[in-house]
Amino acid sequence: MFVTCIVDQVFPQVGIAMTQVLEQLGYQVDFPRGQTCCGQPAFNSGYPGEAATVARHFLDVFRDAEFIVAPSGSCAAMIEHHYEDIFANNRKLLERARALAPRVWEFSRFLLEVAKVDDLGARYDAVVTYHDSCHALRELHIKDGPRRLLTKVQGLTLREMEAAEECCGFGGTFSVKFPEVSGGMARTKIDAILKTEAGAVVSIDSSCLMQLKGVIDRAKLPIRTLHLAEILAAR
Amino acid sequence: MTGAPSETIQQTLDDPRLQLAIYSATHRLMTHRAGAVGEDRLPDYQKLRTHANEIKKHTIDHLDFYLERFESNVAAHGGKVVYCADSQEVADFVLSLAKERQARLIVKSKSMTTEEIHFNEHLERHQLEAVETDLGEYILQLAHQRPYHIVAPALHLTRYDVAEIFSKNLGVANEVVIEKQTRIARSALREKFLQADIGVTGANFLVADSGAVVVVENEGNARLTTSAPKIHIAVAGIEKLIPRVQDLGVFLTLLGRSATGQPLTVYTSFLSGPRRSGEVDGPDEFYVVLLDNGRTKLLADPDKRQSLYCIRCGACLNHCPVYRKIGGHNYPWVYSGPIGAIITPQFHGVLKDPWLPFASSLCGACAEVCPVKIEIPKLLLKLRAEVTEAKRREGAGGAERWGFRMWAWVMSHPWIYLMLARLGWRFSAMLPRIVPKVEPLANWASQREIPELAETSFHGWWARRKETK
Repeated sequence: MFVTCIVDQVFPQVGIAMTQVLEQLGYQVDFPRGQTCCGQPAFNSGYPGEAATVARHFLDVFRDAEFIVAPSGSCAAMIEHHYEDIFANNRKLLERARALAPRVWEFSRFLLEVAKVDDLGARYDAVVTYHDSCHALRELHIKDGPRRLLTKVQGLTLREMEAAEECCGFGGTFSVKFPEVSGGMARTKIDAILKTEAGAVVSIDSSCLMQLKGVIDRAKLPIRTLHLAEILAAR
Repeated sequence: MTGAPSETIQQTLDDPRLQLAIYSATHRLMTHRAGAVGEDRLPDYQKLRTHANEIKKHTIDHLDFYLERFESNVAAHGGKVVYCADSQEVADFVLSLAKERQARLIVKSKSMTTEEIHFNEHLERHQLEAVETDLGEYILQLAHQRPYHIVAPALHLTRYDVAEIFSKNLGVANEVVIEKQTRIARSALREKFLQADIGVTGANFLVADSGAVVVVENEGNARLTTSAPKIHIAVAGIEKLIPRVQDLGVFLTLLGRSATGQPLTVYTSFLSGPRRSGEVDGPDEFYVVLLDNGRTKLLADPDKRQSLYCIRCGACLNHCPVYRKIGGHNYPWVYSGPIGAIITPQFHGVLKDPWLPFASSLCGACAEVCPVKIEIPKLLLKLRAEVTEAKRREGAGGAERWGFRMWAWVMSHPWIYLMLARLGWRFSAMLPRIVPKVEPLANWASQREIPELAETSFHGWWARRKETK
């Protein structure tokens, strides 16, 4: 498991839920203790060299993993697609990155394509709406999978929002370089969520949820933000 | 971000009328496009995009060859190609031609390329009158504004704004009915068409194998511009070339659909050369001004070169959540939105507006709808790296760079990462006092609550679990 830095420090319950779901399926879950971050914050901010330092550490930590499952489309896309750019001028590391990329799995995709299950026996009594996180959607082409998993959850009603594919406005350091624009984007998203009258918004990326939760809490709105893993682990 | 026009961005965000105008117009364009490229209407859409990308790649990679071919075919039809390095050379050419022919009035159909080189201002300084004849552009010319959008230049103005602009500038009564406004513009412009000495257009495509200039439009004003005056000058960037007439089958299918959702625009004009004997209309003289204005600089980088594939459909603007918030005028150049964010730094240098490549959440909606598959997010990332590198060479941006250097060091030393995270949690009670002093934290908190660090991190949970097992 690669739990990502945000889940590790801010939303550990997502990592715990993911562990439970994977163990319930009979997988032997390992958590390499040296793991930190995939390097994306530096890469997206224009520091590919610093990103490479962290990416190299990632390659070392996960050298022996058979499947690397991550509760994030964005971090998985970073490793699968952008390590290529980061190591473009270093043949040795490029080869290692290329060998590692096919072993990286975004959580929902791992369930559907490797474990080949869509019903985890979960129960969650609520109306929820699903937010497509940009990198999962456009870099990993994940769209129907998480919805399929959600519709199998007992007691859960999935209600689509308008423009589910529109960005939440997080964008990593974009959120602090252009806070007003980023905040405005989140508020537009939250308006769409409110219109569905859902009690919770679900995503497969905790970074989007951190952004949305921050704005929801500021406005004191009655919407929960949940990672897909938390729903699938619920009984 | 430093250097960004924060004040006017804030004004745009705070203006509910403007926000509604941008949102509803872009939403309409998005909806129309989605319908026009849907599986039922255009099953080959993705194949066409790939094909368009390949044609553009081939053309740009062999630009010298196609430029020469185009030039000789224009000449074969009695026209003339004029190469111009920059705006000054275009102005010099047009001014000297106008002087020779004693021309005073120029009518123009919509052209981003002439906007790019401030064509009208150049001519006005020499007592030549240039009148925009596209309705949106005409409104903007009266209001002394630059285009808000590549395809819909007056997208930000409501009919009430237009009523005000017309009554103030044309001495007509305040008219808010759109049809009547169109009639006002039409009668004012009809006069100009009849009196004009020169017609200036842009070009959507330059067809190398036939020497034709292709112009697409919906109002018929480009037709009048190219047929009523005695002289037609098309001003186009060198990247507008396509090899063959049959390639238009790909590009015309994509352009209208991507821009406005139209299968084809109302008018598509193929202009090749002056009027020939036996023809009833057309100009006596036909010129194609091929403009560089920095484009050849973009050819140097094999990756970023793809920026020149753009066919100016505006789809990336309509789908960009940042453009939809900040609008067109907060971008520093006439090209706004995602395409503006990648070409402006390449034309003007990355340090002129260093904030521009960062004004994106990298959501990728632009690349998804680009009809020629320009990898906009990838180029934004490249440009970001170029900005930080250029700043480093200038000795600027040190604090952020050191921040990331430290961050990379911490993130590649797990025990330090864990120790710092625990320290952060322990001192989180002090956060309210720290936030205002640390810019990124203050910026985050300006819009949203700061996430709390968990008491037990996942690392902590895992370690404890191992012990108890």
